[in-house]
Amino acid sequence: MKQSAAFLIILAAMAGSRMPGYAQPGDNITIEKPTGPGREQPIWLSMSGFTGEAAQVIQFDLYVQGFAFTNAEAAQYLLSGSNNGDLQGRATDHYNKSTLVSKAYSGASPRRLAHAFTDDFVKALGRTPIAQTKIAFKGENGQNGEVYIADFDGHNAQAVTSDHTIVAAPCWVPGHLALYYTSYKFNHADIFYHDLRTGARRAFARYGGSNISPAASPDGGRVAMILSKDGWTDLYVGNADGSTPKRLTRSPQDESSPCWSPDGTWICYASKDGERRALRKIPAGGGEAQVLRTTGLPSPTEPDWSPDGKWIAFTVQFRNFEICVMPADGSSAPTQLVEGEDPSWAPNSRTLIFARRQAGHYVLCLLDVPTKQVKDVSRIPGSSSQSQPSWAR
Amino acid sequence: MKLTQFTRRLLLSLALTVAVAGCHPGKMKPIPGARTKNPNDNPFADLVPAPAPTPTNDLGPVTQPLPDPSKRKDWPRDAKIFEANTIHFDFDSSAIKAGEKPKAAAVADYLKAHPQDALEIDGHCDERGTEEYNRSLGERRALALREEVIRLGIDPMLIDTVSYGKDKPIADGHDEAAWKQNRRGEFLLETPPTSPVASPR
Repeated sequence: MKQSAAFLIILAAMAGSRMPGYAQPGDNITIEKPTGPGREQPIWLSMSGFTGEAAQVIQFDLYVQGFAFTNAEAAQYLLSGSNNGDLQGRATDHYNKSTLVSKAYSGASPRRLAHAFTDDFVKALGRTPIAQTKIAFKGENGQNGEVYIADFDGHNAQAVTSDHTIVAAPCWVPGHLALYYTSYKFNHADIFYHDLRTGARRAFARYGGSNISPAASPDGGRVAMILSKDGWTDLYVGNADGSTPKRLTRSPQDESSPCWSPDGTWICYASKDGERRALRKIPAGGGEAQVLRTTGLPSPTEPDWSPDGKWIAFTVQFRNFEICVMPADGSSAPTQLVEGEDPSWAPNSRTLIFARRQAGHYVLCLLDVPTKQVKDVSRIPGSSSQSQPSWAR
Repeated sequence: MKLTQFTRRLLLSLALTVAVAGCHPGKMKPIPGARTKNPNDNPFADLVPAPAPTPTNDLGPVTQPLPDPSKRKDWPRDAKIFEANTIHFDFDSSAIKAGEKPKAAAVADYLKAHPQDALEIDGHCDERGTEEYNRSLGERRALALREEVIRLGIDPMLIDTVSYGKDKPIADGHDEAAWKQNRRGEFLLETPPTSPVASPR
């Protein structure tokens, strides 16, 4: 059925193209593929020879990076191989017949070997790999929660705290196995620094009032946070050594959820513009804040700036929460993508992890922004609700 | 020039705005040499320096820094004593409604009568709104109550705040009946570890 419909369409197009006003032989035609967040076609792949968990991992990893699977005839790249303890993986370009990957993988779990193969494939295409990266998140049971780290797909999750208290907003120190998070261990909202290699941690910001929403700078040397120690909830930037933080805003208005530009020069945060909620950015060293053009989208919050500097992802609130992205330079309007909240960019600046409300609790979800391909992270044991994800970059 | 109806209306409203602005009473020019109403008024009255204004920025009076939480970390907290004084807030607001103020005043009165004690104010939100936005809003609610209690004469260094965002609802429903109960500020009495238990009144 599809074939005859396609044939008729082609016939009609050919007929139409003979009429005046249409391109004629000899004209230059520019074919533009749709671009922009959520509007791109996936790259088509076929897969053969892999079984069981390896096959599942390969499909999952690549789906959330903007690839989709079809039969060999229609695919642009062919993935083939076998897995039997070790994994043999091959990736070829269907059209020019070149081999992009041809490798044997061993010495790790089947999932890990499959992740390594998909990473090699995307690297061969010039992209930043993500399949062997980590996330942190909050896992809750009832009111209490713990901070967890896991593989980006939710597997191998482990709690890094066991405080039986309320925790919030874990964030990675870029390039380090360390986290900042808010903990109520002392019946107070304090920001902790936690070295995951040694397990050592300290109360990093324990001023009067509430110390919340930490965000480490791209070089790990500074921390943006919301403190109320001087009487209002304001944006502060402290040094990683804990020396007295510098106050960047001075207002009784909202400030919340700061994030850094990848070059470390700006901090973007949720704030207000008159009576309406808005995103602002302010020089990280202090200065005049600018309102970002979210063009009337309601209640933008929880921004995250992509590692390549080009995009800001954030949450807006209609009846439900929606993930949006906008160009960081404001050059075009934001795009609403899928239902969810609290996005965090992968190192590839195209995949997001975020939280989605489902029947009274949260689940984590992955989204490829250009293709809008979205997939829930697999069921994570140990907590009934997972939210506030942070992707290690 | 042919004007569209829209353009005509725009020009008309612009013209009206300019005309009205010109009639503003505040813009009347003073006539020099006018006498004051009472000839016995001190002619140098206007030379007495005005009292120094409260330092402000354009958004209100300077706020008071909060105390070091480590100092009273081990003081027992009593949440029950001020349970009836829980303050409720409107959606997305940290403004204290007039009808709620007497409850804060009662807390301030208690503290004045018990100068050894201190206060923790907890701010909470309903489930709508994202997690960190609510954590910040809960703190603004607690801070607003703290400013009110300071205004009523309590030492700022005796009052700390904790925001729980939407993490500790007291009502579990997903409707306004539950939400309005959850949008709240709670007062917790901090007593020195060696102080006798407050006697019931």
